[in-house]
Amino acid sequence: MEFFRIHKTIPFMRHALVLNIISFATFALALFFLFHRGLHLSVEFTGGTVMEVAYEQSADIGKVREAVTKLGYPEVQVQNYGTSRDVQIRLPTQKGMSSDQQSAQVMQALKSVDPSATQRGIEVVGPQVGEELTTNGIKALAMVVVGIMIYLAFRFEWKFALSTVLANLHDVVIILGFFAFFQWEFSLAVLAAVLAVLGYSVNESVVIFDRVRENFRRYRKMTTTEVIDNAITSTISRTIITHGSTQLVVLSMFFFGGPTLHYFALALTIGICFGIYSSCFVAAAIAMWLGVKREDLIKGPVKRDGDPGGDDPNAGAVV
Amino acid sequence: MNRYPVWKYAIIVIVLLVGLIYALPNFFGEAPAVQVSAAKTTVKVDAATQTRVEEALKAAGLTPDLVTLDAGSLRARFTTTDDQLKARDVVQRALVPDASDPPYTVALNLLSRSPKWLTSLHAYPMYLGLDLRGGVDFLLQVDMKGAIDKKAESFASDLRTTFRDKNIRGTQVSRNGQTVEVTFRDAASLETAKRLIVDQFPDLSTTDAQDGTNWRLTATIKPEAARRLQDAALKQNITTLHNRINELGVAEPVIQQQGLDRIVVQLPGVQDTAKAKEILGRTATLEMRMVDESAEGRAAELSGAPVPFGSEKFLDRSGRPVIVKKQVLVTGENLTDAQPGFDQQSNQPKVDLTMDAKGGRIMRDVSRENYKKRMAMLIFEKGKGEVLTAPSINGELGNRFQVSGSMTVAEASDLALLLRAGSLAAPMEIIQERTIGPTLGADNIEKGFKSVMYGFLAIMVFMCLYYALFGLFSSIALAVNLMLLVAILSMLQATLTLPGIAAMALAIGVAIDSNVLINERVREELRNGASPQAAIHAGYDRAWGTILDSNVTTLIAGIALLAFGSGPVRGFAVVHCIGIVTSMFSAVFFSRGLVNFWYGNKKKLKTVSIGTVWRPKTGSADGTAVVETK
Repeated sequence: MEFFRIHKTIPFMRHALVLNIISFATFALALFFLFHRGLHLSVEFTGGTVMEVAYEQSADIGKVREAVTKLGYPEVQVQNYGTSRDVQIRLPTQKGMSSDQQSAQVMQALKSVDPSATQRGIEVVGPQVGEELTTNGIKALAMVVVGIMIYLAFRFEWKFALSTVLANLHDVVIILGFFAFFQWEFSLAVLAAVLAVLGYSVNESVVIFDRVRENFRRYRKMTTTEVIDNAITSTISRTIITHGSTQLVVLSMFFFGGPTLHYFALALTIGICFGIYSSCFVAAAIAMWLGVKREDLIKGPVKRDGDPGGDDPNAGAVV
Repeated sequence: MNRYPVWKYAIIVIVLLVGLIYALPNFFGEAPAVQVSAAKTTVKVDAATQTRVEEALKAAGLTPDLVTLDAGSLRARFTTTDDQLKARDVVQRALVPDASDPPYTVALNLLSRSPKWLTSLHAYPMYLGLDLRGGVDFLLQVDMKGAIDKKAESFASDLRTTFRDKNIRGTQVSRNGQTVEVTFRDAASLETAKRLIVDQFPDLSTTDAQDGTNWRLTATIKPEAARRLQDAALKQNITTLHNRINELGVAEPVIQQQGLDRIVVQLPGVQDTAKAKEILGRTATLEMRMVDESAEGRAAELSGAPVPFGSEKFLDRSGRPVIVKKQVLVTGENLTDAQPGFDQQSNQPKVDLTMDAKGGRIMRDVSRENYKKRMAMLIFEKGKGEVLTAPSINGELGNRFQVSGSMTVAEASDLALLLRAGSLAAPMEIIQERTIGPTLGADNIEKGFKSVMYGFLAIMVFMCLYYALFGLFSSIALAVNLMLLVAILSMLQATLTLPGIAAMALAIGVAIDSNVLINERVREELRNGASPQAAIHAGYDRAWGTILDSNVTTLIAGIALLAFGSGPVRGFAVVHCIGIVTSMFSAVFFSRGLVNFWYGNKKKLKTVSIGTVWRPKTGSADGTAVVETK
């Protein structure tokens, strides 16, 4: 089987400017939603009580909400969780009541409506844990960004490091933007997915830049734009197959992993889609704007034109 | 060019064997078991216990199919839950004659069904997290400020005594938050006091100031001493929690330090949160102090007059007020044991107390000075103190002494339990709590397993279709990767959680990247006209740099998650990082081994089974498919 029969180098960079403007617009939009609507943070971050209740028959969400509201909770979220028989109830922390009392009271109210209600799980989180998680999340993000930049600057060149990291932040912000726009629940698992995407999407850029470096060595007469176009074209089959495979697994998690892995898989899906796009158009384009040159990547004495073996793949290679 | 030396194949075979052995225990499932662990620090579970258990079971006609003994616990595995329940009763009767004072905890547990030879190789299955097996999970916060405050108070009283002993007159010692302030009438005594502190209190640092006619000395606990103190407080709290949880009879509880001031407690299989919390939440600290028996003190106790300076009022368990001095003689830290019993002479219930050396010394001094006076034992819960008992001192006390008086048997054993359950060095509160029902756990494990399996199958089918034989090699490498991942996690006895399973699924996706890189590269080489052997060689060689770069960057992200994550994120990160490392081995080293084994010896290799290698028309001047003319 062979999906990609590409006759010519695809001039990706010809459209770079337009796509970059689009990227910038989506990025700005994501930022806007992020600040305007904010993330729908899970109980791990906000503190509070989350109860999971199972019914024998499909649960009537309206009745459940009514029963809980009667107890004097102004703001209660009730939603199906996984199947139609499982309900998740989120209660804000109430002063003067322990979580035990809270959950006992709620269970009693629910049982009086429908005796088949059984408590499957409960999660209670104090507010200070949440604050810490947020700071740790930001620290982890910073450490990933700095670590990747240092590694890339060391292995490649600062221009690549910078463009890769910018492209990655673009991915991360867009994932967050999606979560803000749709008000999907942002849990610790989603945070893990976002950070995993960060590492994963660098892969993409690294593979392309690796090829860019190789092309600079190999085709000495190509312009930078041509080199980048060629690098993207010749790795596009691998890019799509790899991401396709990863996406297969992620879809499997999305469909079979149950509600806990639902948003985790969703975050990864968005990350994968934007990872492909951003490494082709954002990372490579930024590197181009930053003016990556042959000399940036190929250190050491540059051979004069007309040297023997001008097309030698190893010409200019430094060990 | 595509041959591996024998030693490389040897490495592959050894790694596969070891991987297989350690991954194997995970596939046997679990069988009901009875677990015996020590309920007291003085009791040991050893070979003798094993013989006793085995004999008891034999007498009852029960034969366990495996009995294992490891550090601190003994487990007997049975085939049916019926046998398990019977066995528990039998063992309980044999080992615990008196239920009020159990030397052992006998609990129900699950044990891997893996055969004996695997267990004897120390190959155990992964430990399942609570989200996969159900149970309660608490995060406790230790109040470190409280611990330091208390230490400062005890320093204040130590300084007071020392100054009195050394005849430094006219001093006033008071605690102000976490510092101790001393005022002097003259500079000379300040100097003496300063030297004294340097000599005798190495944990304190001092600053002095003159303020009118007064000289003031401020003593602070040195930062390193404060750190040591906090560390010790946390350790003691963990020990105390261990003791308390033992009473619950939970099999395999997890009690771990997290960060500087947190403790994680996980109780698998426990559904009764209220009971668990009650036992954990006895966030009690035990203190012994003298009862204020001055005239003012008595007046306050009897008629409700104002409490004299330097004393506090507490109620005892029947609600009578007791006026107690603020100075703490000893805390629960120094108490090593408390046992209920009967006094030989009066035939009254009593509680025998055992103190450590420091506590014993203090008791000796205190009892000599305070003969016939009353000493109160106070328990503090959530900042509120209660007098457990306030017996009068009837002789010189030492390391061992007894509390007796008007108590019933039940009261005595209750008191002993409260004293013995130990006290916490610093108060704690539960800041996070999760209960996962067993059905939810089983659901999670099934769903997680399914998502890994279907994802894996989908990729395998795709790879085999797209890359033919090379796809098959990649699929085998992927399976090996998964096996090694499971084996390493089992060897580390890491806890597998649902996010961990998610990471495993993701690892499959990421691991296939290396194979795709290699296969695409080989195809490209073939397209460019390289000979099959050369193409294989170049494909692996050139892809290596890219694979290394991309995996290192992914690893950086994984390590950051590991460093800053907690709970579920950590569970994800561990599997993620290990998965990256095993994928480097399986996708590059192992799959190359397979390819070399298959193709390496074929001298005149014409074609490679790697799916279609499409060639563009020769002569196209531009682009990917530059065919070199030879």
